[in-house]
Amino acid sequence: MRIHEYQAKRLIAASGVPVPRGEVAATPELAREAAERIGGAVVVKAQILAGGRGRAGGILEASSPAKAEAAAARLLAKPLVTAQTGPEGRVVRCVLVEEAVDVERELYIGLTIDRSRAEYALLVSPQGGVDIETLAAGKPGTVLEQTIRPAAGLLPAHAERAAAALELSGEASGRAKDIAAALVRAFEAMNATLLEINPLVLTRGGRLVAADAKAEIDDNALPFHPGLRELRDPDEGTPAERAAAAAGLSFVKLDGDVGCVVNGAGLAMATMDLVALAGGRPANFLDIGGGVSEDAVARAFGLLASDTAVRSVLVNIFGGIVRCDLVVRGLIRAAHGSGVSLPVVMRLEGTNVEEARSLLTASGLPFALVPDMETAAREAVRLARAAGGPR
Amino acid sequence: MSILVGASTRVVVQGLTGGQGTFHARRMLDYGTTVAAGVTPGKGGSVHLGVPVFDTVAEAVREEGVDASVIFVPAAHAPAAVVEAAEAGLRLIVCITEGIPVHDMIRVRETLRRTSALLLGPNTPGVIVPGRAKLGIMPGPIHRTGPVGVVSRSGTLTYEAVHQLTLLGLGQSTAVGIGGDPVIGLSFVDVLALFEKDPETEAVVLIGEIGGTAEEEAAALLRRGFSKPVVAYVAGLTAPPGRRMGHAGAISSSGRGTAAGKITLLETAGIRVVRDPAGIGRAAAEALNA
Repeated sequence: MRIHEYQAKRLIAASGVPVPRGEVAATPELAREAAERIGGAVVVKAQILAGGRGRAGGILEASSPAKAEAAAARLLAKPLVTAQTGPEGRVVRCVLVEEAVDVERELYIGLTIDRSRAEYALLVSPQGGVDIETLAAGKPGTVLEQTIRPAAGLLPAHAERAAAALELSGEASGRAKDIAAALVRAFEAMNATLLEINPLVLTRGGRLVAADAKAEIDDNALPFHPGLRELRDPDEGTPAERAAAAAGLSFVKLDGDVGCVVNGAGLAMATMDLVALAGGRPANFLDIGGGVSEDAVARAFGLLASDTAVRSVLVNIFGGIVRCDLVVRGLIRAAHGSGVSLPVVMRLEGTNVEEARSLLTASGLPFALVPDMETAAREAVRLARAAGGPR
Repeated sequence: MSILVGASTRVVVQGLTGGQGTFHARRMLDYGTTVAAGVTPGKGGSVHLGVPVFDTVAEAVREEGVDASVIFVPAAHAPAAVVEAAEAGLRLIVCITEGIPVHDMIRVRETLRRTSALLLGPNTPGVIVPGRAKLGIMPGPIHRTGPVGVVSRSGTLTYEAVHQLTLLGLGQSTAVGIGGDPVIGLSFVDVLALFEKDPETEAVVLIGEIGGTAEEEAAALLRRGFSKPVVAYVAGLTAPPGRRMGHAGAISSSGRGTAAGKITLLETAGIRVVRDPAGIGRAAAEALNA
């Protein structure tokens, strides 16, 4: 789960990372009041769950409270389109009004999980303000990677290397070591899978301050940490994705026209790949999961039926824990209920497949049952083509 | 021979008396697996599915000589269950549980370093040696005994591959799910090394997916030399970057962990990578006959 910059900053500040003085504002008036309290020049930053805000005009400087109000008015309640949002952009619901920092140098410090070693990876670079992967790819050696065993924490030697890699000395070096230690504590406390300060600004006065912060929180940790769960942006994802999540389905909207209903994440991805191989484009990733109910299957089908881009549906079930008959019951109910006559191609294998076939035949629905997933994908793509553009 | 599990493996099911534990332990028993004990704290002394239940894994080891565990404990308690099994001296731990926080797994891995236990998962369908033992939730009847080792990060996609092999008359020496989470126990590299040494395994099917570096590390191992043919499939060529595709570990970002990158590295290592998930079985048959 990605969280907003202002949320990430609150969390790292609680662990001891210096952040600029700032306030969140949901209206231009509140932005002006925040700027008045902060005093002096401020930056007004659009809070959306995507990067690339600076280049897209989502971060505005304001030398007075009146200008902060005007900047907020330009950003709020409008979609901001960045390189990472897609063409529809993300609607800005609030802005972060922050004291402007005078930049001597921009640095980078971040933490991620080294999946193979089951340790943290601390990443440090003297060149911040740019995408770290771009930096690492373009100039190998400019990014220091230090693995950290969580049980031991950040050792003094690690902190020393990090400060040296940031090309800092004297008091700033000491501050950098404290920030590295604080960041490691925050990373663990917030169950993060990614935590970046980019840029970490060295001010002309020799202070270090987190000018931006980006954090991803482990979805699996949310059920156990109500405080983290509350950070979820209710606007995150498309309406269909939110409806799917509420039904306990794993769903990602894609831009094609062949709807996919599959059990299992790996098989769901493979089914998307098959659709592409057959010359079509998948409309979604959908894993109905192992413990799925008839009702959830019906809702899954309803999600696809309500998407006008979907022109055919490919059902690919390898029944193990999931019973084929349960899936078919759910689909029959949804097809009768939705009033949408989408062509459906089904490939069913495994648990209770015979019962599922009988149910299908008895239903009288024109669902095509095919013997293997390759044929199913080709047929679904053909049907989508035959149906033409969006409904 | 087989890998990880043999005919003499004695299994303890942690969480035996729960819904999932009961459902799957019954099928494991039906398959012929020696489920010698169950563990549910507070239910020690009872008998469930004809299997004695203990309060702790240590008691199950002492009384029943179990050496492998299958865990069906909810995510909140599964990390402690893994650690308990490892500290009780079990050789193999199969953690079926999905939804364990990654930071919890990092702490578990730290603890496992002090033991000799091998961990499969979490979020794995488990491991099966066809005809002999099933430690997991995979459908037994689709498998048959034979020469192909299967290793995968996925559940149903593994069943799909196994089904294709079986339909072509190709059985499996062992089919192993390593799990779909970002931080897991045994990796592709570990399992490939076991298949390399297993005389019953004549070819390997490797099923990867987007996210992480497990396939890249497998490619590095295979490039150094592997005596058996390997056929691979990597799911997610059409998956958008930055989006989690079901499995907690299935996410690519900033050009890292993509299916295309993994496929290229595996092919550079001389591995046949099939693009068509319906063609995994055929490719394995060709590799064996080559």
